[in-house]
Amino acid sequence: MNIKSILMAAACAAAMVSAQPALAEDTDSFVLERIKERGVINIGYRESSIPFSYIGADNKPIGYTIDLCMLIIDEIKKVIDVPDLKVGFIPVTGQTRIPLMANGTLDMECGSTTNNLTRSQQVDYLSVTFITGTKLAVRRNSGIQEIEDMNGMPIAVAQGTTNERAVKRAAEIAALDVRIVNVKDLSQGWLALETDRVDAFAGDSVMLYGLRSKSKNPEDFEVVGRFLSYDPYGIMVPRNDSTFRLIGNKTLATLMRSGDLQALYTHWFEPGPADINMPLSDTLQTAFEIQALPE
Amino acid sequence: MSYSWNWGVLFETPYLGWILSGFYWTLVVSISSWVIAFLLGSIVGIARTSEIRSLRAISTIYVEVFRNIPLLVQMFLWFFVLPEVVFVELGSWIKRDLPFPEMWTAVMCLGTYTGARVAEQVRAGINSISIGQRNAALAIGLTPGQAYRYVLLPVAYRLIIPPLTSDFLGIFKNSSLGLTIGLLELTARTRQVSEYTFQSFEAFAAATALYVSVTYVVMKLMAVVEKRTAIPGLISLEAK
Repeated sequence: MNIKSILMAAACAAAMVSAQPALAEDTDSFVLERIKERGVINIGYRESSIPFSYIGADNKPIGYTIDLCMLIIDEIKKVIDVPDLKVGFIPVTGQTRIPLMANGTLDMECGSTTNNLTRSQQVDYLSVTFITGTKLAVRRNSGIQEIEDMNGMPIAVAQGTTNERAVKRAAEIAALDVRIVNVKDLSQGWLALETDRVDAFAGDSVMLYGLRSKSKNPEDFEVVGRFLSYDPYGIMVPRNDSTFRLIGNKTLATLMRSGDLQALYTHWFEPGPADINMPLSDTLQTAFEIQALPE
Repeated sequence: MSYSWNWGVLFETPYLGWILSGFYWTLVVSISSWVIAFLLGSIVGIARTSEIRSLRAISTIYVEVFRNIPLLVQMFLWFFVLPEVVFVELGSWIKRDLPFPEMWTAVMCLGTYTGARVAEQVRAGINSISIGQRNAALAIGLTPGQAYRYVLLPVAYRLIIPPLTSDFLGIFKNSSLGLTIGLLELTARTRQVSEYTFQSFEAFAAATALYVSVTYVVMKLMAVVEKRTAIPGLISLEAK
């Protein structure tokens, strides 16, 4: 309790100091304030979240979410009236994205982050821009169709992901005895599947399609099963700054209304530079329509 | 910093259990690999000072190979590459039927890596004893084995207790690399807690406290060992 109140006091003091110039500029957004002060907006990107956020051929971050963020940044430039605002790209991982957002390093995280309520205790999200869920990647001749076919078999999941939770829950419900093999990240999960260490690798279906398209023999593997979880992706922004969040959501709603977002989706997913070949699902189309709030 | 603190999360189920189980695996892996490292390092270290040329060559190759490849790479090689290059049956046994494959891989990897370091300490300890002692031991009719057993090693081990302590501490810290092959040790569990709850700072603070306390205990224990085994006038602690 004591530590909490000291921190609170420190935070208030810091806020008051930084709020001084804010009055002159008449914005109540601490994120806009610090972007202006630094002259740079820091966005977090993932190095291998294909095709959302990854390192492209010229060593720059590219992808569906990166494109969305760039459009939002264009809007931010207008709002704070800094046309030559610089963009700082900071690589993040599943483990570092929340701490970096919470400690003020990142102004936006443009990767492939599931929006869930636990995470919302630390960060805020913009509108849902992609919907996926946990599925299983298996060998084509394995005969596995659903997780229920996997009693007694080893299954790989990346540590700490929402997939891990989904698999454990599904196994518990069906009273399955699956051996969970924890892997560090997506590529090691795929390696475990390729080297026959496991019979299935559970991950976000879109990621599995991406890994499959990059593997040596894509036709040896398939992505099977129903969705074991519901994973809506969203761009992460710092918590408690509705002014800043509104700029992002306004940009996204405009894109959804105009159909530009659907076009962007087509560019990245059908089949897209990474050969994902994942048509726009009805669920996502509906999500776009619902979130296309009027001006 | 806009962060909502919640230290209570560390004591909630299942997070407390995760951290404790991670701590347990860290201890199991570190201590088992230390046993391997100490035995292997002693044998190789002695072989490095041997009069027999082939023994010296083999032990030198071992030390150079295991000391010069990054531990992270070694972890990967043991886990992903080894089962692919051995006999198919053995490989698939390692991959499918070996219980706790991550633990055994991590123990082997850490044990052989630290073993190379221990070997160097042992060699340095033996070489720091003046050649006259070895010659004198042989001159009074001891076999080379006896010379090591009764004259060289008792002094050498006492001399190298401080650097061995560092290696023992290092093994606890290096065990965290086990998470790259899916070993759910303390750091992996901490990351898991932080991913589930998003209270990263609390989770890592707890891990830090656990690592510091275990290394502190090791340091204190080794200091006691050093003091108990000290030869008056020879050992660093006495000189202080």
